[in-house]
Amino acid sequence: MSGDVAVLGAGMHPWGKWGRSFVSYGRAAARAALDDAGIGWPEVGSVVGAQTVRGGYPGYVAGATFARALGWQGARVTSVYAACASGAQAINTARAQILAGMADVVLVVGADAAPKGFFAPAGGDRPDDPDWLRFRVLGATNPAYFGLYARRRMALYGDSPDDFALVKVKNAAAGALNAYARYRTPVTAEEVAASAVVADPLRLLDICATSDGAAALVLCGMDFARRRGVADPVRIRAVSTVTPTFPRTVLDLPDIGTDSAVAVEPSPESFRASIARSAYEEAGIGPEDLSLAEVYDLSTALELEWYEDIGLCGPGEGAKLVREGVTALGGRIPVNASGGLASFGEAVPAQAIAQVCELTWQLRGQAGDRQVPGARVGITANQGLFGHGSAVVAVR
Amino acid sequence: MPRTRIPVVAGWFTEDTAEEGFRLLGTRCSGCRSVHFPREDDHCRNPGCPGGELEEVALSKRGTVWSCTDGRYRPPPPYVSDPAVPWVPYTLVAVELAAERMVVLGQAAPGVGVGDLPVGSVVEVVPGVLEEDPAADTVHTTWHWRPVAVEALS
Ligand SMILES: [Zn+2]
Repeated sequence: MSGDVAVLGAGMHPWGKWGRSFVSYGRAAARAALDDAGIGWPEVGSVVGAQTVRGGYPGYVAGATFARALGWQGARVTSVYAACASGAQAINTARAQILAGMADVVLVVGADAAPKGFFAPAGGDRPDDPDWLRFRVLGATNPAYFGLYARRRMALYGDSPDDFALVKVKNAAAGALNAYARYRTPVTAEEVAASAVVADPLRLLDICATSDGAAALVLCGMDFARRRGVADPVRIRAVSTVTPTFPRTVLDLPDIGTDSAVAVEPSPESFRASIARSAYEEAGIGPEDLSLAEVYDLSTALELEWYEDIGLCGPGEGAKLVREGVTALGGRIPVNASGGLASFGEAVPAQAIAQVCELTWQLRGQAGDRQVPGARVGITANQGLFGHGSAVVAVR
Repeated sequence: MPRTRIPVVAGWFTEDTAEEGFRLLGTRCSGCRSVHFPREDDHCRNPGCPGGELEEVALSKRGTVWSCTDGRYRPPPPYVSDPAVPWVPYTLVAVELAAERMVVLGQAAPGVGVGDLPVGSVVEVVPGVLEEDPAADTVHTTWHWRPVAVEALS
């Protein structure tokens, strides 16, 4: 397909709490991706950085920050921010530049150094900022929203906290096999049930932590890959970055109220489902073609919603898949073979790039003990604040 | 002297009204009838809107529980709480308003837990206190959702 771009290299800095700057992590991930690609830094024609809001000015100009840390060499530079989807927008920007002939080789980097505990809004009194208001007026943290969604599933579909715990057990088992994951110890359902309640019905082990981490990709055109002797690279076939449609009737972070559906009938399709559908349409594939999926498990319960949104099952059937082991390693369609956010914790601008790193290693057959046998097609899915979301389809 | 009562955000709910008259205040577009809460005073967000004026409107007093949760840990600033005082969890509830066809979030009244708020049950909006500042002699007021007793539903 003419719209494909090749993944020449993938690299990560391990997730954790390392106490260093995001620049240090990002540079390490970039070097790893360049080494993996066999590309020298001077050959890179464009750098796209996914921004972080936690690193001061260097975080806002992430692309330039990483370029400077690697050593100025004159490359075109771009920095993008899209909340949790920042990494995917960085990938999409690189893809567009390659397909437009603006650059042969593009380096994509996302990195974060996260605070302990809840994410909080930027400082100062900003009563015009919904993200400030939800904390000021309601104390509504991110886990509070995850708790609302989880309880809604319990009421609508009969999911139980035991079902949610199974997601953590599954992802922890996979993460234990991933050297880049922050949490590498298997977790039992009893341990989930014994952890403290954070936002009823969700417990500490149902909710993803915030982490330091970095991920990078080296992307290029198919012709360039062939000239480099890479005849059969992993290809990015679709990147979806669609926005919601009015009226949005599911309460989303950081909103205090949904849109009103008085004037316009809401779409029967959820925003998350539309993110995945757009990627499937662009790639010309469907959920039945998938070998694996990496989805944004900000909470255990949210992973079950993604099963439905990416079309692995019908509405309300997510819990059944995890109960039957369908989405575990060795199951019919492994989800979060990397260990997911449950094992990584969230490093916001790096996370969507890390999802594509995992697809890359899986599709190359380099995923070691967590390898999905014969993986050919993978999708990532992700959602963030302020109407952002992404899905990437990679094939080989 | 009673403390000065200041709404946590001006214009989001009625002030100086008795509990029965207390309402959330949003805006309604005269062009397409869409309701916005928190209030949208600059533009209607309906992309198909023919254009109209945004007028203040009181939202329905009652709605049904869409979902609820609680905050077992102290939220970070700008939520105001005294770190010297042990944290008392509160309940958050998302409420579906039938007439406005929308969901609005809020804290539940003190003492109301998630067990009191099954999905689909009826709640009503009442005035509440977010926090008191004895030093400044002020009270920040807010809205709370409270279950409606079944016998009161007739
Ligand atoms: Zn309108």
